[in-house]
Amino acid sequence: MGKQKIWAKDLLEVAGVPAIAIILGLVVGAVAMLWMGYNPVIGYQSLLRGIFGDAYSFGETIRSMTPLIFTGLAVAFAFRTGLFNIGVEGQFVLGMLAGALVGAAWPQLPWLLHVGLALGAGALAGALWAAVPGLLKGRFGVHEVITTIMLNYVSLILANYLIRNFFRVQEQEATANIAPSADLSIALLKQASGGARIHWGTVVALGLVVLVAFILYKTTLGFEFRAVGFNPHAAQYGGINVTKSLILSMLISGSIAGVGGAVEILGVFGRMAVSPILPGVGFDGIAVALIGNNNPFGVLFGSFLFGALKTGAIQMQYVTQVPYAIIRVVIAAIVFFVAIKELVRRILRLKRREV
Amino acid sequence: MLPILATLLGNTLLYATPLIFAALGGVFSERSGVVNIGLEGMMTIGAFAAAVTALGTGNPWLGVVAGMLSGGLLALLHAVAAVTFRADQVVSGVAINFMANGFSMFMLYKLYGGGQTPHIATKLAKWAIPGLAKIPYLGDALFNNYPTVYLAFFTAFLTWVVLYKTTFGLRLRSVGEHPLAADTMGINVYFIRYTCVIISGCLAGIGGAAVSIGIIAEFTEVTIVGQGFIALAAMIFGKWTPWGALGACMFFGAANALDAIGQTIGLTKYANPAFFSMLPYLLTIVALAGFIGRANAPAADGKPYEKGR
Repeated sequence: MGKQKIWAKDLLEVAGVPAIAIILGLVVGAVAMLWMGYNPVIGYQSLLRGIFGDAYSFGETIRSMTPLIFTGLAVAFAFRTGLFNIGVEGQFVLGMLAGALVGAAWPQLPWLLHVGLALGAGALAGALWAAVPGLLKGRFGVHEVITTIMLNYVSLILANYLIRNFFRVQEQEATANIAPSADLSIALLKQASGGARIHWGTVVALGLVVLVAFILYKTTLGFEFRAVGFNPHAAQYGGINVTKSLILSMLISGSIAGVGGAVEILGVFGRMAVSPILPGVGFDGIAVALIGNNNPFGVLFGSFLFGALKTGAIQMQYVTQVPYAIIRVVIAAIVFFVAIKELVRRILRLKRREV
Repeated sequence: MLPILATLLGNTLLYATPLIFAALGGVFSERSGVVNIGLEGMMTIGAFAAAVTALGTGNPWLGVVAGMLSGGLLALLHAVAAVTFRADQVVSGVAINFMANGFSMFMLYKLYGGGQTPHIATKLAKWAIPGLAKIPYLGDALFNNYPTVYLAFFTAFLTWVVLYKTTFGLRLRSVGEHPLAADTMGINVYFIRYTCVIISGCLAGIGGAAVSIGIIAEFTEVTIVGQGFIALAAMIFGKWTPWGALGACMFFGAANALDAIGQTIGLTKYANPAFFSMLPYLLTIVALAGFIGRANAPAADGKPYEKGR
């Protein structure tokens, strides 16, 4: 087989699997709509309009894509080291809280410094929260999937408890509003788009995509992470400290998620309120990382896709009464089809390469 | 003190019940070699189907059956992915959980126009076992409880029988330990794994029903919040055996009961209710951390099997 053909096959493999998965996922959504008596053509039309229809819609698409870049990167980074960090959700929540608290304190600080401090606090909170499963995995070999899931629930209860008992403002079940010196929103774009909550956090996210790609593919550290993810035994034999890599990777993953949480507060919500349920962006990050093949630039694509679907679905429910949750079904189906790559490969008639 | 302990014991059984069903499902699935993170989603869909059916027909037992069937149906998807297409079983399980959550929310809005079902008037009723229920304190806790509680213990016994006393059980365990050897002996690895994953979904579905129409009488987005994962941890804690899993579920059930009735029995005087809410999750982590190293998972757990390789 010629060199060019292998290259083409690789491209088909990288882009083909997600493309087919997305198409099949949308088909599942259409079938569910038909079954429930909705017209999928009208549904998807209004979905599209909700994504690209006007400046406001597109601005909101960018907004809802932003946290997914962070959580997607966090999941993908851990994945590259062979860790399944389902705890991004909880790390994001504590990042939100830390960002909200630091953002509300010290209103006299200069903007850049205050923003930096608040994002740093978010990163620290996320990293500390991720350190627990990281240490348990690295030191004792406790599988990270269950511990991270459990910590998600704990994070929500903990954040609600802290807000209710220590940080609430007067009669409200929320923290104080952040100071203008920590505000990430871009007033000019917000006005121009008719109120879409566009903020500098998106720029931070894009920078992080490049940074993560650099760390993973251009540094010794990243090489070690990927080696551990590829084959921990071989990595150990090759002189890589596997325990250190696992813990460090978890810390970095958690800090990315934590920054994402802080950004969401500083850019969009302005304060953190008590919530009965987890925000869900951490779980969506899993879908984002999977569709992006755990590649930072793939994550960028995935976060746009799912951010767009989530934004469009709001409009769709408003206009056509198709329940918003249909988009969760579509996302679930896409993840499912990515999981069964084997089927997609068969559809594309790609023979599995012998390793 | 005694009435408090009796209340606690009764509630421990009640809250352990959904976990026991799901954990036994986990035993089936994992002993045959398929990791099942999707237990959570199978409980969710079971709880949803049971609630809708009990509301629609007025018969809670039809609800339990609906929960069982829907859990089994969702598990079929997991089996297709994990067994036939050799998917990463954790990823497939995550997709299953997404699917259950999305589908049940979608249907809730469609059917009831909001994020929750109405109150279910026809939930399961308690069954007092004649005679035994009359024992002071203990009788009310143990023998005047929901039928699902008795069914959970019976299912644990049944699981033990199937696993260790039947040919099917022997085959199941051999497939989970060494599928190639089992295949060579003429055992149909795919058939066994499909069966076990579907059984696990059915059991998790009943577990979900035991929450939505047993413990509470409604279904919302937060009806199933981690019980499936706790059950999975309980199964690991119980060394992948039916009785071990049952014991671990009782432990977590007690933690859940403390959270649920902490206020009633005056525990919240001593600590913030938030602490009791965290307890089941924290204990799960502690249990896993303290237990690891001695755990002996089935040798082929999580490894897809490909015939002829």
